[in-house]
Order: sequence, then structure tokens, then C-alpha cells
Amino acid sequence: MRTRDLSYWLFLAPVLLALGLVVVVPMVLGLFYSFTAWNGIQTGEFVGFQNYINLFTDERFLDSLWFTTKFSVVSVILINFIGLSLALIVTSKIKTSSLLRTTFFMPNLIGGLILGFIWQFIFLKVFASVGEAVGMESLQAWLSTTETGFWGLVILMSWQMAGYIMVIYIAYLEGLPNELIEAAEIDGASTIQRFRYIIFPLVAPAFTVSMFLTLSNTFKLYDQNLSLTAGGPYNSTEMVAMEIFKTAFVQNAFAYAQAKAIIFFLIVAVIALVQVYINKRREVEM
Amino acid sequence: MRNRWNIKVEVLGILLAILWLLPFYLMFVNSFKSKKEIFLDTTSPPEAWSFDNYITAFQELDFLRTLFNSLLITVISVILIILFSAMAAYALSRAKSKMSTFLFFLFVSAMLIPFQSVMIPLVTVFGQFDMLNRGGLIFMYIGFGASLSIFLYHGALNNVPKSLDEAAKIDGANRWQVFWHIIFPILKPITVTVAILNIIWIWNDYLLPSLVINTTGSETIPLKMFFFFGEYTKQWHLALAGLTLAIIPVIIFYFFAQRSIIKGVSDGAVK
Repeated sequence: MRTRDLSYWLFLAPVLLALGLVVVVPMVLGLFYSFTAWNGIQTGEFVGFQNYINLFTDERFLDSLWFTTKFSVVSVILINFIGLSLALIVTSKIKTSSLLRTTFFMPNLIGGLILGFIWQFIFLKVFASVGEAVGMESLQAWLSTTETGFWGLVILMSWQMAGYIMVIYIAYLEGLPNELIEAAEIDGASTIQRFRYIIFPLVAPAFTVSMFLTLSNTFKLYDQNLSLTAGGPYNSTEMVAMEIFKTAFVQNAFAYAQAKAIIFFLIVAVIALVQVYINKRREVEM
Repeated sequence: MRNRWNIKVEVLGILLAILWLLPFYLMFVNSFKSKKEIFLDTTSPPEAWSFDNYITAFQELDFLRTLFNSLLITVISVILIILFSAMAAYALSRAKSKMSTFLFFLFVSAMLIPFQSVMIPLVTVFGQFDMLNRGGLIFMYIGFGASLSIFLYHGALNNVPKSLDEAAKIDGANRWQVFWHIIFPILKPITVTVAILNIIWIWNDYLLPSLVINTTGSETIPLKMFFFFGEYTKQWHLALAGLTLAIIPVIIFYFFAQRSIIKGVSDGAVK
């Protein structure tokens, strides 16, 4: 098949059409609109960088960016720690290995919206009634403060994503040469030494993959944010994705929301490109 | 020594698994209770296993119709994504040229774009052409799903020798026949991965359908669940029955296909 053949273009036509109309055209239009006073119907006048300049004094946007960053950093660390621990547990020589994998992975199949609602019940009702029974004040009124909202989201995401990250670590752990580990064992290396000097360095590529997967997933979070806290109390647990949505469809500030969306794109793209760069560099080293 | 260590690990694993299932247990037992019973006690099993909540939730969610809508949109979108992405990846992998490299780069870089960045123009443009309906939604899923699927197919196709194509061509088959009768069947393992990744994503997607579908009666499960929850937010007994109903199809799917699902998700993430 050659590029000038008709069949080449016929094979590509459906996806080119879909990607073009769904991603490329809106992206180009969006970039253009972010420099105008677009209101969703009329393009309005050209305003240059005004929308972008306004972002820097928009406290609600900056707060959401800061909240999202804090949330992502804490979640990435916890999810990877738990995910790796679960992977180490289920790859040991235990009988219930496959049953445990199935269990830990299960939350990933269910939509974030539904999981958020389930956890809302747990934080609001179960926490309160257990707190009352054992006399713990700290279990009362969860999700009603910024702090409990933050930790509620972190707990929900760690519970959901740890099983996903576990699956990635398993793929790398099971690819480890068994002879190497056994040889170290015969030479008298302890469990901790084996982990520190053999397993850890060989599983390092899995860290890059998992870190960035969790980072981009938590940074772009929307569904769980909506169903667990809906951004409350007083928008203090609102993440960037939700802030953009509300600017556009609640306040109807389309052009301004689009400028935020472009900044959002740049941040996400930088995260992804750093990952590609690190992976490439590692491949060269190997 | 070895044995004792393994037993400790196993016990720890089982305890964690119980902890992981606890949210589902709490949802399940409370979905059978009355409003008053939930108020008094959220942790023990219900006094009586009454299905009243489920009957109400089933009707309010219009469950069979909502389930059908989710199935319809997911199945059609995933089939089209598979067919179109496999075709595109085949063309890109067989015609090595600057154009193919450029198009492949275009598809892969589209993966970097978060949905929120194109959401607003997408909805206004499709709105102007009266395409905010189920047909439009499926078309959008093809656009958003194509990138990753092409990427996975492209990787697999590089391992399928070109001599296979040529042998079939000598026997008189045209491009179309070569692809569907020889190449596509070989790609079955990666097709399973592509199918699973797209099923999980589309089945659970909330934001896109919430922007595109605005007629009563054509809502998907997440969409209907959102409205339902908003209406019954102070009535946890009904909300929990609805949530349990919404999860049942996924559990059935997982029960029958867990091996392929875990493998598919792992392959999709690692590649």
C-alpha cells in the first residue's frame, strides 16, 4: 500500500473525519476563541491576551489549581505506595493470589460518579454512626470542611486506583528473572535486601509509568469530585476540571473558560511530555 | 520460616481485601433497610431483607430502558472504534512514508489533549449542526477513542510480517480482502484489549453524555444515576438501592471476563 493509493485514504477516512471534527477542529477553534470575547453564539471582538491576563487575578481558578496540585501530589504518593504493596502481596507464594487481585482491581471497573456516591454515604452516614458508637469526634461531619473533603477525595481515589496501579506493577514484577532472586536468596540476602537491591532497580520503569498515569488521572479528575463533594463547602474542594466546567456552563463565560482550558491543556501536555522524555532517556541508557 | 512469612502475607492480603470490599458491603446491606433503620444503624445487616427500595429505584431509574441505552451506545461505539482504528492502523503500518509518520504522530498527540480543553467548542459546534444526540455521541466516542486504539493496533501490526499480505495478494485478493480475511483475525488478542479499554471508559463516562444527551428516555446509566441521586439525596435507602442496581451489570461482566479485563488493562497501560 502506498500513500498515493486511493485505498490508503479509504482505510483512514473514518478516523480522520472523526478525529478532525471531534478533536482537531474544536482545539483550533478553542485556541482562537480564547483570544476573543466569544459568548457561545457570537465570536465577539478580539481581546488579545486579556482572558489569560485575567486568570492571574482569578482567585477561584488559582485556588482550584492549588487544590488540584496538592490533591495530585498526595494521591500519587499514596496510590503508588499502596499499589506496589498490593502487588508485592499478590505476587508472593500465596493460595488466594488471584482472588485478591480480582478484589483489589474491582473498583476500577465502576464509574467514578457511582463510586463517589457510595463513599458519600460512607463519609456522611457510616462515619457519623461509627463515630458516635465509639465516641470519636473526628468522624463527625465529614465532607463539610475543606480538610475532610480533601482527605475524602484522597481516600476514594487511593481505594479506586491502587488496584489499577497494582496491575501495572504485577506486569513488571512477574517479568523479573526468577533465577536472579533465587541466586540472591542462596547467597543469603534478606527479604529487605532482595527488595532493595534487586527487585527495586528492576521495577524502576514501572514507577515512571505508574507515577505519570496517576498524576494525569488525578490532575484531570472530574466525576469523583462532582459526586463526592461537588466542590463544596464553598467551592473549596473544586478542582480545575470542575472550575472550567462551571465557568463555561454555569457562568456562561465561554471565552474565559476556554482560556482556562488551554492553560489546563498546557499543564497536562507538559506532564505527559516529561514522561516521554524520561522514558526515552532510560531506553538510551539501557 | 519461609512458610510462616507466607502465611503472614496471606493474612494481611485477606484483611486488606475485606477492607477493599467494605464500601460495597455497606452499600449492599443498607440498600435493604428502611430510612429509619439506616438512621439507627448503618453497619449491621438489615432486620428484614425487603425489596421495596429496589422496586422504587427500578421504576424511578427506568432501569431496563436506561440499561438498554448504555448497552446500545457502548456496543455500537466500541464496534466502530475497533473496525475504523484497525483499518487506519493497517494503512499507517503498511505504507511507510512521511505522510504516515505525520498522521501517526497526529493521532498519538491527540491523546495529550484533555477533554475539558475541547469540550466547549465541541458542544457549541455540534449543537449548531443539531448533532447533540445519540448519533453525535457515538461519533464523538470514535473521535476520542481512535487515538489509543490506533496506537495499540499499530504496535501489534508491526509484528505481523508483510510477506503475509503479499502472499495473499499473489493469490488474487485485494487490499480489502487481505485485511479482513487475513490480517484482522490475527489481531484478535489486541482487539480484545482495545475492546475492553473502550468498554470500561464508555460505559462509565458521565461528562460527555451529560453535555450531549438532553432528551428524557435516552440517558445512560451514569447520567440517570446523577439525576436520581440528586432527587433522593436525603433518602439514602433509595439512593443505595439505585447504586447497587447500577453496579450489577459491571459485576456480571467482570465475573465472566476478569482474566481478559485485567490483562487488557495491564497491556493498555504498559505499552
